[in-house]
Order: sequence, then C-alpha cells, then structure tokens
Amino acid sequence: MSDVILSLQHLHKRFGALQATHDVSLELHQGEIHALIGPNGAGKSTLIGQIAGNLRPDEGSVFLAGTEITQMSIAQRARLGLGRSFQVSSLAEPLSVMRNVMMGVQALQSHSFRFWKPIARDKALLEPAYEALERMQLSHRAWTPVSELSHGERRQVEVACALALKPRALLLDEPMAGLGPEGSAKLTELLEALKHEVPILLIEHDMEAVFRLADRISVLVSGSVIAHGDSHAIKQDPRVREAYLGNDDA
Amino acid sequence: MTNYTPVSKKTPMPSQGTAEVAPATQVDSHFGRKGIVQMILLGLLLLLPIAAYFLGHLYYVNLASRITIIAMAAVGLNLAIGYGGMVSFGHAAYFGLGGYIAGISAYHAFDMTPFMTWPFNVPGSDSLLVVWLAAIVLCGLLALAIGAISLRTTGVYFIMITLAFAQMIYYFANSWPTYGGEDGLPIYLRNSLPIVDTTNALTYFLICFTGLVLAMAITSRLMKSRFGAALTMARLNDVRLATAGISPYPIRLVAFVISAAITGLAGALYADLNGFISPTMLSWHFSGELMVIVILGGVGRLYGPLAGAILFVMMEMLLGGITEYWQLFLGLVLLGVVLFAKHGVMGWLAGRERNE
Repeated sequence: MSDVILSLQHLHKRFGALQATHDVSLELHQGEIHALIGPNGAGKSTLIGQIAGNLRPDEGSVFLAGTEITQMSIAQRARLGLGRSFQVSSLAEPLSVMRNVMMGVQALQSHSFRFWKPIARDKALLEPAYEALERMQLSHRAWTPVSELSHGERRQVEVACALALKPRALLLDEPMAGLGPEGSAKLTELLEALKHEVPILLIEHDMEAVFRLADRISVLVSGSVIAHGDSHAIKQDPRVREAYLGNDDA
Repeated sequence: MTNYTPVSKKTPMPSQGTAEVAPATQVDSHFGRKGIVQMILLGLLLLLPIAAYFLGHLYYVNLASRITIIAMAAVGLNLAIGYGGMVSFGHAAYFGLGGYIAGISAYHAFDMTPFMTWPFNVPGSDSLLVVWLAAIVLCGLLALAIGAISLRTTGVYFIMITLAFAQMIYYFANSWPTYGGEDGLPIYLRNSLPIVDTTNALTYFLICFTGLVLAMAITSRLMKSRFGAALTMARLNDVRLATAGISPYPIRLVAFVISAAITGLAGALYADLNGFISPTMLSWHFSGELMVIVILGGVGRLYGPLAGAILFVMMEMLLGGITEYWQLFLGLVLLGVVLFAKHGVMGWLAGRERNE
C-alpha cells in the first residue's frame, strides 16, 4: 500500500490576489481511493487543472509513477497513464459510445497517423474498448450515440473512456454529480470494484459515496489541505465540521 | 472476451461500418436513397459531357471540367471545414498557388528558360505529372507553414489569420511583374501527359473527373481511418481527444495540409483548363466562393462539394446570363440553405448523414 502512484508536492497557484492553491501536497497510493473534498470555492477545480494539465502550478511539482509531469500537456499525461473524467460530461455526443472509448485505445497503441485502414473492423481497437465498457457494465450500449444515453450512463462512459487508456491513476471529478440515489449507488459499486486495479483520486460532493468509497480523505479549504485521514477521523475533525460538514450537521 | 461485436438487436453495427451513424434502421433507409443520389450526381457529371462531346458542344464539356475542378477544390476545403472544423477563409491561396505552378512551369518550358538557377537549376516543365506533383508538394508545404501558425488560434481569429495569409500571397502575385502581375499570365500550350492528348476537351475532362473521384475516395477512406477518428474527435470535442492522450494540434495540421494539397491540385488543373492564370485565382472572393459551395452542398458531406459546385456554376451560368446581379440570387439560395436545410443540398436530397 506504500506504492505512490500520483504525488503532488507543494503546489502553489495564484490568480492575481487569489491564492487558489496554497502548498498542497497529496499522495495517491496503489489500490486506494483517495477522496478530495471541500466546499465550493475551495480550489478543487484549480487543483484538478494542475494535475490534469489544463493549468501549470506557479510552484511545486506533480509526479505520476515517479515521472515528473508538471510541465507536460494534457495528452502527454494521458499517454503516461493519467485517466480523468470531467465534472461536466465531455463526450462527443453525436458519436457512438464505442467511438468515444476507442479514442483512448488508439492513443495507447500508437500514433494516430494511420490514414488507410478503416477502424470499423479494427479488432485491436474494438476489443480493448469493449472490454473497458464491460468493466463499466455498459457494453450493451456500445453502438448507441452518446446523445441517447441517460445522464448516469454518460458518467459510466466517462470512466470507461479513462479506463481505455489502461491508466495508472484515475482522476474522477465529481462523477456522482447529477446522479440520482440509484445511479450514484451503482457507480459507487463500480468504482469500488475498480480501485484494486487502478487507484482513484476522487473529487466528490456526495458524502455518502465518499465515506463509503474512500480509504483516505483530504479536505481542501481556501486552497489548503486542512485535514487528512480516514473517513472516521475526518468525520470527527472539528475543523472539517466547521468548514464543511458543519453546513449539514449544525 | 470475444463478443466485442455489437450484438444488441436494437442497434446493430451500421452496414456502412462507421459506428458514428446511429441506429441501423435509420441508416439503412437513407443509405439506399443516399447511394442513389450520389450515383446520379456522379453519373450525370460523367455522362453529360461525354454526350455533349459527341454532339459537338465543346463548351459544355469545358463547363463540366470547370464544375469538376471547382468541386475538387471544395473537396479539399471540406476536409478542413466539414471534417476538421477548421474554417479556412484562405483556400484561394492554395488554389492560386497550384495555378501559378502550372502557369509558371509552362511559361518557362515554352520560353526554354530555367525557373531558377541558384542554388539548384530548376527548369520549367510542360509535363502535367511534374506540375501536379509540384502543386501537391508546394501547396502542402505552404499549408504546413500557414497552418502551423494559424492553428494556434481558433474561431474567428483562425478565419481572419488564414484570410490574412491568403491576401499576402494575393498582393505578392499582383505586384510581381515577372509573371504578369495583375494582368496574369497566359499558358500558350496546355501542359501534357505521355500517350494521351490533353488538349482534347473530353480527355481533359476525364482527367479532371478522375482527380475529383480520387480526392473524394481519399477523403472517404481517410475519415474511416484512425486519423479520421482523431480528426472527428478534434472537431467535436478537442478536450476529449487530449484527455484520451492525442494532441489535437498535429492531427489538425496534417488534415489542413492534405486539404490544401487537394485544393492546390485543383488549382493546377484549373490553370491548364483556362490556359490562363491571374491573381483572381488567389483572391479572397474565390476563398469565399469555395466556402459558399461547401455550405451549399452540405458541410462535412462527401458529395456536398460536388452538389454545391454543380449548383453554384449552374446558377452562375443560367442566372449570370440574365442579370449581372446573379449573386443576389445566390445569396438568397444560400440564405435558404442555411436557414432551412442545414445539411445542405446533399442533406436535402439524400437525408441526414450525421447526428449533429
């Protein structure tokens, strides 16, 4: 369990006067789900941006499986094995589920400058994509356009897309957002099964899911990690209760 | 895990093989209609000029060549705009460069003077094969340079920067007296091929027709490949593409280069058809006309450029004969297409192809 897959070291990010990220260090270990929670405006999105590559930190570094990725592009990070899902679903709607998932397989196998062979019958692309969909229990929807999927199914496709990369780490940005209790329970189940293969950094608002899934939880408030621990410790931590859970419990 | 093929009864894999088209029932009913419309378009384009030739109406053979070449130029632009989502307002640059390559090469071959002597000795050539190769390569290189810079921008900036580059080339050609400047340059003898007589109107039409069919076949094949899948994703959602591990920029750049090479080859054919080149080929009007043709025909439709070119040239000929304000009517038609037939003439004739 001490195998560090993703490591953030002393990240700082400032937008003008706003210190969006202040000295954040985090580690994601093999086989775990590490949840990152925090109230709105805590700087979660900024932090995700720095991990995924949309933003560059002002200071500090990000390591993926021992490789420094701080300055790498989004695509480079993905090829190194950082899979991610988005808070707002970002799939290509008119295309089939399969075509969305296949993209990751394609990136993994080689460069995309293959101009001649049709992909429609390319088993090397279809099989791993189908496998990723099966893992998310969505293979029956493989040839359905994304635009016809339910919200919950899109969430599953997002994760399947990330899985197609055979990632070393998953970065899931509020995968439960907008899901009903049923959908949320299903995704929780799927993620639980997944964590033994891929460690997951989970950014989530759904506390029930977080407490059920997360092995460790970090709490981000005003750009800093104010608490760190398992779900029991986090529930008891007075600072967390005040900053975050207090809204619900008080 | 063997059962990777779609097994769902509701949505089996479409017969065409592209998974991006939705439920098969819908596709199948359109596929028949689409296939027929496409065959009619291509068949008429091939057979009418042959008939006209044997009836002695050479004018119509050359008109068909013109339609074919303009359609081919639009096929190139469609790859950028329709399939790649790159709205280039500067494709006249490649069309014109292709034309000038044909013209300049013929000029030096006719004069028996070298095009340049330093650092290499480059003679002119009256061989179409040489001209075509040069047009493809040089237009590709020009697009590589222009695209490398332009593709760092998006949206309206991309439109403007491609226009700006094309205008630079236009003014350069306009003010370069060696090759006629704004007066243009005649090609006294059409460039030639081994064995066949390219000065024969029908032969030349068939050459152009082959070029168009090849350009369309290449586009079609390309878009079904891995590269096409990546380009489609770059158009629909470039964040998804990057997140999947593929950088959109090089994918777009290569598509832009191929697009320009096709349009450039069409330009070379056009110069030899007319026996004349001038900066008009490079002007932004022509870039605009190509865009109009692509939109008229159906953006991102394989046969869209052909349908658009036929409509455009026919309107120019028929209405242009009645009034010099024929473009007013073109504008009205374009308005109608944009408002009421978003998928262009091909979408209207052959049904929707893509779920967008």
